[in-house]
Amino acid sequence: MLLFLIFISSGLFLGWSLGGNDTANIFGSAVGSKMLSFKKAAIIASIFVIIGAVFQGRGGAETLNALGNVDALAGGFTVTLCAAIVVFTMTKRSLPVSTSQAVVGAIIGWTFFTGHTTDTRVLGKIVSTWVTGPLLGMAFSAGLFVLTRIFLRKAKIHVIKLDHYIRVSLILAGAFGAYSLGANNIGNVMGVFVSAAPDVVLNFGLFSLDGVQLLFLAGGLAIAVGVFTYSEKVMNTVGNGILSLSPEAAIVVVLSHGLVLFLFSSASFSEFLKSVGLPPLPLVPVSSTQVIIGSVLGIGLIKGAREIKLKTIFGIVAGWVATPVISGIVTFFMLFFVKNVFDLQVTASEPVKQAVEAAPDIAPDLLRQVNLIMPGILFLAALIIFTLVFLVFKQQKLRLKAENELLTQQNQLFAAQKTINEFEINAIQREKTMLETKLELKRKEFANAALNLTDQRTYLDKILNELELAKGEDSSDKIRKKIQDIQNHLRQRMTFSGVKENFYTQVEKVHKDFLLKLENRFPQLTENEKKLTTLTRMNLSTKEIATLMNISAKSVEVARYRLKKTFGLSRADNLIQFIHNI
Amino acid sequence: MLTFKHATKTIELIEHFMTQIDEGVLVFQEGVKNYLAENSQSFSDNLRTLSNLETEADIAKRKIENLLYTRSLMPQLRGDIMRLLEDLDNIIDLAKTSLYQFDVEVPYIPAELHPEFIKLTEVNVAAVETVIPAARAYFRDPESIKEKIHRVYFYEKEVDKIAMTIKRKAFQEMTNLKLSEKFHLRYFTLHIETLSDAAEKVADLLSIMAIKRTM
Repeated sequence: MLLFLIFISSGLFLGWSLGGNDTANIFGSAVGSKMLSFKKAAIIASIFVIIGAVFQGRGGAETLNALGNVDALAGGFTVTLCAAIVVFTMTKRSLPVSTSQAVVGAIIGWTFFTGHTTDTRVLGKIVSTWVTGPLLGMAFSAGLFVLTRIFLRKAKIHVIKLDHYIRVSLILAGAFGAYSLGANNIGNVMGVFVSAAPDVVLNFGLFSLDGVQLLFLAGGLAIAVGVFTYSEKVMNTVGNGILSLSPEAAIVVVLSHGLVLFLFSSASFSEFLKSVGLPPLPLVPVSSTQVIIGSVLGIGLIKGAREIKLKTIFGIVAGWVATPVISGIVTFFMLFFVKNVFDLQVTASEPVKQAVEAAPDIAPDLLRQVNLIMPGILFLAALIIFTLVFLVFKQQKLRLKAENELLTQQNQLFAAQKTINEFEINAIQREKTMLETKLELKRKEFANAALNLTDQRTYLDKILNELELAKGEDSSDKIRKKIQDIQNHLRQRMTFSGVKENFYTQVEKVHKDFLLKLENRFPQLTENEKKLTTLTRMNLSTKEIATLMNISAKSVEVARYRLKKTFGLSRADNLIQFIHNI
Repeated sequence: MLTFKHATKTIELIEHFMTQIDEGVLVFQEGVKNYLAENSQSFSDNLRTLSNLETEADIAKRKIENLLYTRSLMPQLRGDIMRLLEDLDNIIDLAKTSLYQFDVEVPYIPAELHPEFIKLTEVNVAAVETVIPAARAYFRDPESIKEKIHRVYFYEKEVDKIAMTIKRKAFQEMTNLKLSEKFHLRYFTLHIETLSDAAEKVADLLSIMAIKRTM
């Protein structure tokens, strides 16, 4: 049994490789265009590949066996391993490669090495599918594409609803494509091991699986592992490369591909063709890549070859030729090593050693019916309970998460509102302070204006009285003296000492902060020096300062010089700059 | 996956958004007419209504964007659709800004120019009214877009001609107007003109989007 598992490991490896490569043809467009997440695509592909492989995979495998019946496990192992290595290497280089061609090349390599004759009739049949497969794909996709286009033009579906339909259709078409891929291509993966399949039937109640189907189940699982572990990169490569189609076209391509693979693996369809007198389609594993290319070309033909990336297609066609040749050569040399270095039998016509001895050991043990109905039911019940519990917990977790998010959002909103309110309060307070200061100033101005008015009035009354008195004098000398007195009074008044004082009071109020700083830093300053500093800070000219301080311009210069000394500045220092920086 | 809940909601929002834009430009047209007729009360009402419509359109646009991205609807087309909605939203924004400028700047428009100004507004609004059905068609029948948008280009050219007539009259024939008033007239002609320019931009975008959607 263990030996059997070791030998089929190369088939599992090939299955893994096929999963990583060929499922990209089915879901590449959907994943590449982000219509479907990779996770969903991988789950759907895996389930349906397994179903297809188990329930409809027999036909293709039989045809491959007819091409060259690899009749020893070591031979089968080497053939499949070589095909797998070729597929894996080409996949690693992101080249879409045909597993069918690799396997056919490897089988032919085996027939050459062992001296068996290649059944040219079967080979012809297989090679003919390399041509008919893509051609059928092309015809299907062209027809389906035209029909879809007409339907969409007539139906006028809203683009958002259409998007929804497309997603569902992509899933359905993908599922069908995966089913057909499993049904058609499992022959490549496990075909050469069919003759060594365990002779056992597992009964699950609703259905039962025989040894070959169990072999195919193992192959299907290997494909599923390949899908999950390796196909994402290839999906993105083909999805954004040759299959960068519109989603509608992608559905058509996947559906055509699924149809072709289904037809080449459906025994009942073949029977149906026979019954109506038509030549039946051979049940052969066809290259899913070739069919996809054919389908894309079909759409390209309808659209006028605008969307076909010819360079990529030529690269793939070169791969088609290279794959069977490389695979055949590699197998030939590997068989040589296996036979001569490891001394293993690669064909049944040679003396039986380990490999063939292993097979009869397996058979007697497994030649019995195993009833799996009860274990199956128990397993299903446990699975359902586990799923339900898991879903309830998940739901609970999601609800809590959503509530927490809502609370966080609300908190953030409140915090933001609070900050805005604080800003508003600060702004209002600032405005209030400013308005209070203004009001105080205005009140003082008003009081000063009132006082000034009274003062002017009193002063004018006094002048008027003095003029009256002068008028009443009899001698001209006295009159002149009186007038002289009035003139002197007026000159004195013209110094505007009151107004100046008032002006300076206002200046002191405006520059209150500055004066406080000045007093703190230079407490020794006199009142006049403080006045000069403040007026200088206001950028007033020497002449203006002179008038306001009631001194000459020269005196202002001298006072400035002294002020410089008081501040401890040298001749080169700028006094105005210094005052501004206080 | 199998229900249409989010798809239906998004479709309703898009329809609602388009209706807001359509109504918005009609209110704009009424607003300009009321300003010229010096119906200040009605003009203020128009201003308020337009402002509300613009806000509603903005809200609808944000909801659509949210649905398209959070529900992963149309990953290939949503960028284009959001651009279309942005450009349409720009139309109602421009209409609101222009009408507010009438309210704030109170331009002097001589009575001789009233017919031209009304015509300018009507043709502008017609350009927008034509581009909205084309935008609606993108969602259901992209192939009919082409036959709808050619009218937008026609209206846009007409608007250019009317605007030129107004400017020529203002600067060459109305010697009694102050230079500042002439400038003011020119700016208001430009403000109204921007609507048809925005409609033309939407039409350009639609024609590209239609090609992308045609299978």
